[in-house]
Amino acid sequence: MAAQTDVVIVDTGCANLASVGFAFDRLGASYQISRDADVIYSAPRVLIPGVGAAPYAMNILREAQLVPVLQNLTQPVMGICLGMQLIFDLSVEGGRDVACLGMVDGAIEALNTADLPSPHMGWNQLGDLADDPLLVGISAGDYAYFVHSYAAPVSTYTLATSEYGQKFSAIVRQGNVYGCQFHPERSSATGARILKNFLELGE
Amino acid sequence: MLAKRIIPCLDVRDGRVVKGVQFRNHEDVGDIEDLALRYRDQGADELVFYDITASTEQREVSPLWISRVSKALDIPFCVAGGISSVDTAARRLNAGADKISINSPALINPDLINLLSGTFGRQCIVVGIDSFHDGQAYRVKSHTGDPDKMRETGRDTLGWIKEATQRGAGEIVLNCMNQDGMRQGYDIAQLKAARTVCPVPLIASGGAGAPEHFEDIFIQAGVDGALAASVFHKSVITIPDLKQYLGSEGIEIRL
Repeated sequence: MAAQTDVVIVDTGCANLASVGFAFDRLGASYQISRDADVIYSAPRVLIPGVGAAPYAMNILREAQLVPVLQNLTQPVMGICLGMQLIFDLSVEGGRDVACLGMVDGAIEALNTADLPSPHMGWNQLGDLADDPLLVGISAGDYAYFVHSYAAPVSTYTLATSEYGQKFSAIVRQGNVYGCQFHPERSSATGARILKNFLELGE
Repeated sequence: MLAKRIIPCLDVRDGRVVKGVQFRNHEDVGDIEDLALRYRDQGADELVFYDITASTEQREVSPLWISRVSKALDIPFCVAGGISSVDTAARRLNAGADKISINSPALINPDLINLLSGTFGRQCIVVGIDSFHDGQAYRVKSHTGDPDKMRETGRDTLGWIKEATQRGAGEIVLNCMNQDGMRQGYDIAQLKAARTVCPVPLIASGGAGAPEHFEDIFIQAGVDGALAASVFHKSVITIPDLKQYLGSEGIEIRL
């Protein structure tokens, strides 16, 4: 039997696949980028990356017939940036409701940035941290790198918040499914720690 | 709170980092990865790599070094120069660049901004603007990588900022050419005016010479980030000292 990889990165056809893989390289973890259902099902952990727009990314997942595959995963799963938005029930991006994966209850809404520049782009602080294995070693006030115009409102699934015009969910968890609104692969030591914690889930 | 960004800019020519004064007389300042990692270690919030010859020579940035930089860096970086199509943009993003910045090709073909933004999302499309005050008004110049090929576009800078953001630019880098490399401070009046018409993040470029210049531009013009090159390359200012100073002055900064 071939040695199992630590994590499978779902090939969402989005542009940051390489950067996410490089982040696991820096942690000494092995990974595979795939859109093969069997590979994804048998992965110890699954990461859903993404940049760009929700309607486009959902089309790719539907065409690759990955929607039911992802919905049925029981191992640790983490969506990052757009990938986090995809794990919710729906997104209003593009001016209409886009059905997403429904792995976390709730809807993605436009971030109300009031009179601040939008998109929300740059290093912002994490706050309201929950006690969760994903957040070991992370402190309130740590900075993470965000780039987005849509966000998940704060809910019972929120593990950490951030604030730009309004408070929103920076990290969520429902059961085995996690989401990070920021880019851990570009969030320096804070991001690396979160990815390392993710790799230790399910061990 | 969202932190103000400190962004070293690395001008790349023939695979090396170079720096000129007012876009002329380039001298070698080092290896791309060495400098990228040095700035990462010092606490840079983001890096910008400009292939200064790409637009004027109509060649493309080699995705090879982009991939090397992406492997090494755990902070975001933007790649500029010679991006004139969805295909050239895709190659840079797929190699690991977080953002791409377009300048001259957007002036020649403004629809390119719509096209790139529609394809990749506005969050990774930066429009760089080289602006020169000609004694009467701020005007946009193109092809500034080579003094012999530089062109007047006839465009008014504030008008172009409005148009570019309406077309889908997710961030504007405004380089004030009169100040570039002079270390006399950013063009506060121009950046203040730009801020009022720019609904997306705005990055100041050109003129940094002292920590107070960064403080001034953040407080007086309300920009989201400040870009600088020579003061960092020549260690006139070090990023840890700069950030310490800005923090002590009450500016939100990632220490």
